[in-house]
Amino acid sequence: MSDYLTQTTLLRLLAVLLLVLGPHLTRLPAWESLLLLTVIGWRALIALRQWRLPAPWLRSLIALACFAAVYANFRSISGMTAGTALLSVMAVLKLLEMRARRDVMVVVLLMYFILVTHFLFSQELWTVLYLLGSAIAITALLMDCNHAGEALPLRMLLRAGGVMVLRALPLMLVFFVLFPRIPGPLWSLPTDAGGGRTGLSENMSPGDIASLMESDEVAFRVRFLDRVPAPGERYWRGPVFDRFDGRGWKPSGLTVPRPPVIEGSGAPLHYELTLEPQGTRWLLALDMPDPTALPPDSALVGDGLLIAPRPIEQRRIVQASAYTRYVLSPTLGGRELAQALQLPPGYNPRTRELAAQWRAQGLDDAAIVQKALQMFRRENFSYTLQPPRLARDSVDDFLFNTRAGFCEHYAGSFTFLMRAANIPARVVTGYQGGEKNEVGDYYVVRQYDAHAWSEVWLQGRGWVRIDPTAAVAPERVEHGVASALTLATGLPGFFAHRNGARLSLTMRWDWVNAKWNAWVLAYGPELQADFLRNFGIEDVGTMIAVMTVLITLATGVVSLLMLRQFMSVQPHDPALRLWRRALRRLQKLGLEQQPPEGPRDFAERVTRERPELGSAMQRLLSAYLRLRYLDGGHAPEAEREMLAATRALRR
Amino acid sequence: MRFWLIFKILLHPLRYAQERIDAWVLARVKRQPGPIEITRRRVYIVPTRFGYGFAALAFVMLMGAMNYSNSMAFALTFLLAGLGLVCMHQTHGNMVNLRIHAGRAEPVFAGETAHFDIHVENPAAQSRYAIALAWPKTEAEAAQGDIEARGATHLRLSRPAPQRGWLRSGIFSLFTEFPLGLFHAWTWAELDTACLVYPRPAAPGRPPPATAGVGGHASGGRSGQDEFAGLRNYQRGDTARSIHWKSLPKLQTPMVKQFTETVDRELWLDWNALPELDTEARLSQLTRWVLDVEAEGLAYGLRLPGTVLAPARGDVHQHQCLKLLALYEAP
Repeated sequence: MSDYLTQTTLLRLLAVLLLVLGPHLTRLPAWESLLLLTVIGWRALIALRQWRLPAPWLRSLIALACFAAVYANFRSISGMTAGTALLSVMAVLKLLEMRARRDVMVVVLLMYFILVTHFLFSQELWTVLYLLGSAIAITALLMDCNHAGEALPLRMLLRAGGVMVLRALPLMLVFFVLFPRIPGPLWSLPTDAGGGRTGLSENMSPGDIASLMESDEVAFRVRFLDRVPAPGERYWRGPVFDRFDGRGWKPSGLTVPRPPVIEGSGAPLHYELTLEPQGTRWLLALDMPDPTALPPDSALVGDGLLIAPRPIEQRRIVQASAYTRYVLSPTLGGRELAQALQLPPGYNPRTRELAAQWRAQGLDDAAIVQKALQMFRRENFSYTLQPPRLARDSVDDFLFNTRAGFCEHYAGSFTFLMRAANIPARVVTGYQGGEKNEVGDYYVVRQYDAHAWSEVWLQGRGWVRIDPTAAVAPERVEHGVASALTLATGLPGFFAHRNGARLSLTMRWDWVNAKWNAWVLAYGPELQADFLRNFGIEDVGTMIAVMTVLITLATGVVSLLMLRQFMSVQPHDPALRLWRRALRRLQKLGLEQQPPEGPRDFAERVTRERPELGSAMQRLLSAYLRLRYLDGGHAPEAEREMLAATRALRR
Repeated sequence: MRFWLIFKILLHPLRYAQERIDAWVLARVKRQPGPIEITRRRVYIVPTRFGYGFAALAFVMLMGAMNYSNSMAFALTFLLAGLGLVCMHQTHGNMVNLRIHAGRAEPVFAGETAHFDIHVENPAAQSRYAIALAWPKTEAEAAQGDIEARGATHLRLSRPAPQRGWLRSGIFSLFTEFPLGLFHAWTWAELDTACLVYPRPAAPGRPPPATAGVGGHASGGRSGQDEFAGLRNYQRGDTARSIHWKSLPKLQTPMVKQFTETVDRELWLDWNALPELDTEARLSQLTRWVLDVEAEGLAYGLRLPGTVLAPARGDVHQHQCLKLLALYEAP
């Protein structure tokens, strides 16, 4: 079996392939990771033990089987996860037919491609180091592959690869900053883009929010520009649900495209929100957005929700303003009113009965709201993330039996109760609260800050936010979930240790990440335009022109470096250098070699004129002549002798 | 014919352009005695097919990065673009400032392979890797080597030598694809060096003609070596029979017995002894005889129309005879 590569280079190639596949191994299904490792091991044995490569029919069979297995596993071969799985397996199978230079080059170039697929799954700060490390490794490998004969020493390769990557870095930066970015996807993104994101969902089934609350992923970060609203005012609006189907809450589809009437009072509050991509359109604005100053590329829909025209697939910075005191929809249309009172028949009879009873007492809408909140406050309702299962009549079961739950239970049952009492009501989901980052002076809102609350419509006051959870566990609203749960058992791990030093370190790290997200990962068309405007670069044409100039300059520098590196050097002659040094010393002593004088003549004259220097001068001369003419320019002991003699030349 | 040309231009415009440029350049390469300094102006560079593949890969990655608005993907794509540019300069630099001059080209017989040694010298303080030599338009495996900083190496070019006479080295290219194999940098050069190609020896069998010497002795005996004259060091080409085996264990180096020859036992290899053959066949036969007779250790002379080489023996004499035969009415 004859490989194009030497054994050493081939083993290096396998090692680099492992490095590049590494992070995928944890993401891929176990069978595939095992298969990849097996094939790599097999190929290593083929190289080490001089086995034969598998026959073509066997290779085709294996390839087909892998293809089928990937398809069976993912039910697709496009999409990010399936695509990556297929790419990895095919790259590894290519090893089994890798013999000629062409195959080797294909495998190595594929490695760069595998490397890029990681960033579809994670773009955190550490991936930069991984990118650079892997790029150096692949580049070094490519060098080794392009060097026929014996493998080059590893250190030399890594150094040369590092130097190449280092020289490419300025070019990368110029391209990164100045290459014109275009908005939006070029073609539709696969449905699994972003891979297993957490976030609010399109409807609220029991348990949805609870699962969110187990995640400490960042939902968004927010910086308040003028004043910080009180915790009780920090309600970030997500999807609004106005239809109850007996089990969960859903949007009715009656979303009126016309924006609602919002009458704000007081000065609006300005803030800047950096949204993590969640694959949904909600911009999670603070209640209630100022309708006269909406952020660009966004719209306000009927239920007061601020949305983007397309799902948000990249980090996005939203600059918005909000009124924390407002009147939302002072009047309600007939269809909206009907929708806000909708209840499926045949569910939760006891709750309906309770509502009817309150009505019969002659209480008005506002009084009934208070009555219900009082009930939550006075009776033994408790806040927990592990509520017991509820029966078919879930609201009845919750209000009269279990009485343990969290925001979605409270908001859902409260809204049901209101509707039963003929008060228009709906459920709003979103985030509430947020944790201040002392380092960067901004707030971080995480998935566990997800929340659900209610809105009731009252004559003359419009939609009024009522948070029944606050009645049961006021600390939830004031200080966040962690404090609301201090008494509860089974606290998710990340709530457990949140003490001083660790907290501040966490904050610092979050701050670094926030900067990374805001400046590097969110660097899209808008940010680019904003950033480059600072330098007077206003349009794409200028961008390209400046980029071209800078790239040319940077390449020119690289070219100059090469020129110096590969320039011929004057033969390095230690004898001459040391002789000149001795001459400089003699010059200080008042002795100068005259142009027609050779070294021997000069030495004679020195001995004659200054007998005390004679012996040193003779030593110098003989060492010089030996070094220069006898030993082919390389004789360390003669060099030392010349130095010693030079030192001996003194008065 | 013209139709074919249009077809070619349309089908492979790049390859066609490259061919035309190569032809233009090749026609202008000067034969130089060497050493030839490879200056920047002499070095050409184009992407290899892997270079195009690399560009395509970067383009696909760029599309992906745009589609997913993925900053890290952009970063890697741009890093690859940067690497490509750096690689271009490095490949170019790897070639520039080399010095080449011709080395030995040992004579060969027609039908054998001629080898030209080319010395490549690196005066820079930076090692050069994967410097290769090749003839233009051949797919043959190139001779490749590394050259240390301020070092030199020799690379060997080989080509078949079908015809007797002088075989010029012709134009060759010195090239490199190091470090990443994305670019092919090369220079054309022609050194003023040639390899002497002896005529192809005829099939063995026909014995050399009876001597036309004074004594009229038959050849084939050891008669040319009668008077022992002493020992000398072994030289290439001495026959095994002339080695003085007795002294070998004592001296470690082989010694060769030397004889003085008597003039009357000389052998003449004569052009006119082969009237039935044509020129090339005669030269082939004479070549065979020169080899045979030299191996026998006989003294021999060569008579060609217009030239006579007095009888003698040894490597130098053999070379002179063969050279005479190689260059006879040089084709």
